[in-house]
Amino acid sequence: MASDTTIHLSNAVVALGGFPALAGVTFGVGRGELVALRGANGTGKSTLLRLCAGLVPLTRGAAVVAGVDLFVNRVAVRPHVGLLGHRNGLYGDLTAKQNVQFVADLVGATASDVLSALERLGIDQRVATTRASLLSAGQRRRTALAALVVRRAQLWLLDEPHAGLDAAARHELDAILRDATASGATVLYTTHEIDQVDGTPRTITLDGGCVVSDVASTIGAAP
Amino acid sequence: MHTETTAVPGTSAGTGTQTTRVIGVLALIITSFVVVSAFFLTPADSVQGDSVRIMYAHVPTAWVAYLAFITTAVASGFSLARRHRTLGFDRVAGASGEVGVLFMAMTLLTGSLWGRLTWGTFWQWDPRLTTTLFLFVTYVGYLAVRRIDTDPHQRARRSAVIALLAVLEIPLVHFSVVLWRSLHQEASVLNPDGDVRLDDFMLFTLFAGVAAFTLIFAWLVIHRQRLTALSDIRQTVGLDAAIAARRSETSGVVK
Amino acid sequence: MRGERCGIDDWRGTMNVALLIARKDLQIEWRTRMLLARVVPFALLVMVLFAVALDSEPLVLRAAAGLVWLAMLFSTMLVVQRAFDIETADAAIDTLLACAVHPARVFFGKAISLFVQLFVLAVVLVTAAVVLYGVTVSGSRVVLLVTVVISATSGLALVGTLYGAVVANMNGRDSLLPLLALPVLAPLLIGASRATEAAFGSQTIDMANGWAWVGLLGVYGVVFGAAGSAAFSPLTESDS
Repeated sequence: MASDTTIHLSNAVVALGGFPALAGVTFGVGRGELVALRGANGTGKSTLLRLCAGLVPLTRGAAVVAGVDLFVNRVAVRPHVGLLGHRNGLYGDLTAKQNVQFVADLVGATASDVLSALERLGIDQRVATTRASLLSAGQRRRTALAALVVRRAQLWLLDEPHAGLDAAARHELDAILRDATASGATVLYTTHEIDQVDGTPRTITLDGGCVVSDVASTIGAAP
Repeated sequence: MHTETTAVPGTSAGTGTQTTRVIGVLALIITSFVVVSAFFLTPADSVQGDSVRIMYAHVPTAWVAYLAFITTAVASGFSLARRHRTLGFDRVAGASGEVGVLFMAMTLLTGSLWGRLTWGTFWQWDPRLTTTLFLFVTYVGYLAVRRIDTDPHQRARRSAVIALLAVLEIPLVHFSVVLWRSLHQEASVLNPDGDVRLDDFMLFTLFAGVAAFTLIFAWLVIHRQRLTALSDIRQTVGLDAAIAARRSETSGVVK
Repeated sequence: MRGERCGIDDWRGTMNVALLIARKDLQIEWRTRMLLARVVPFALLVMVLFAVALDSEPLVLRAAAGLVWLAMLFSTMLVVQRAFDIETADAAIDTLLACAVHPARVFFGKAISLFVQLFVLAVVLVTAAVVLYGVTVSGSRVVLLVTVVISATSGLALVGTLYGAVVANMNGRDSLLPLLALPVLAPLLIGASRATEAAFGSQTIDMANGWAWVGLLGVYGVVFGAAGSAAFSPLTESDS
């Protein structure tokens, strides 16, 4: 029952309104890997994540994520993937805790899972009982991350997860991502130059909608 | 590679081929006959007088309107069910939808005019006109839905679903309008083509009209879907250029 | 693994998820009171404006059934819009579709929540018809009335959810939703109005006819319930 958590992209092109956001991306990610995706603005990082999450159609090339051929049926990949995009996926009128609880109920997680996730992300009682629309950007981000933790998806796709987090929260986020890969999930996150999860073994760099480098990272010490 | 290449027939810059030329000429000939016959050769009706001649325009356009509806529905069904040639079926569905809206509008106009000339009122709430009105509005909505997506496959899927929902909707609408109007007894009297007695020649002209308009429909749909095919090809070619331009943005070596 | 309920395609799983989604929607509605504070007053206002525009009490009384369902139709557009705005405001629907696994579950969940809200609205509008238009209902006609309201409101909820999803993320969705949904709702309007006329005690439609119209509403509901759950997946594929 353990499903394939690899990503296989071969010359993937994603054209949004005629513009090739991804202009032929080729790489593969194996199960349990932790991969950083770097690149300046406009190089296609966000689109790549959305492609792997099944949210945008594949225009050309091949893409198989978690065993699902994205050209044939990208809807089927969604249950396997937890995407944290630029938006947080929260219901503004529900509290942080209610948001996470809702996701937990849908996937069958327990209330204690919810509490521990909130705790890990540093969401205290006060924040947890505040409506999401009233929270700061960083707090909303952490709430969305807590929901992701609770979901226990096999493939985590995070779009600039460090943005808006203070040093302590970043540290905790790094620990969470490492724990996720340790328990078998695959994590792919985008970042600018300075944010990097310590000990990320592999960094892929995008430019002009394609991969320009794919190296083992030497940044940071392994945990 | 997951691209659909489309072969565009004909060597000229237009979308015409032997097939469409034959259809076009035939349509022209038959339509001319119908026009002449409708105005000069067929007799006026004993009750309605010359206003019955609108029948030769109204009945064929009504027929084509529903033919377009069926064509879009069938093409949409195939485009959802088949893995290959999805876009081809979708092009036909879209073209038929556009041409269909045109004929639906003409049906409503001619029907309205006919009612005005015969009974003095522009509109009757009889089932056929009312259902055609709903069909018209539904297809205007269908065309609006086709403009939502930019990705052709996504557009094909979404508009195909809408078209198939319309297949459910239109009979329901027709049935409920029939039931509704049956509550109003006088409706059955007000039906212009209900009490027209057709002699053989009038019938023949009517069928010729149906044939002519069907040919016109086919001609229009074929050309329209070829236009879409051409613009899809242009988009593909444009995409190739755009991809090349995008890749050249990179400073490093592309893997 | 916990997230992989997708292998089990049972009815109970669907109902559970659908009810969870409905509960979440109603929770949000309860907290924000969009229905109670805005849509209900709007609908009541529409009923008042009908009377003002028609300017004839006997006419309004005769037309009462149709006016109630017209007001319901227009208000449904607002409620549906709101139901999907909460999903698209922060892209919550992506997570929802991912966690619910089968899009049909989201369809039923949102339809159930819409049904509850629209039912409340229908009760208010029928009451308004009694108070403002002078309608009287008693005896067996009450049973017919309740049945009509339940079946017509179900149809509204199902069709509303379906077309609400079609236009969910678009620009200009406020105008496209009525254009798409209202023609499809026409048979429901006809059926509900005629059946309600019978329930309100009309000269032209007797009770037997009224129940026949309820039958049509039932068929309508089943057709769009089935069609909606099947169509929901292709319609929610993309977030253009």
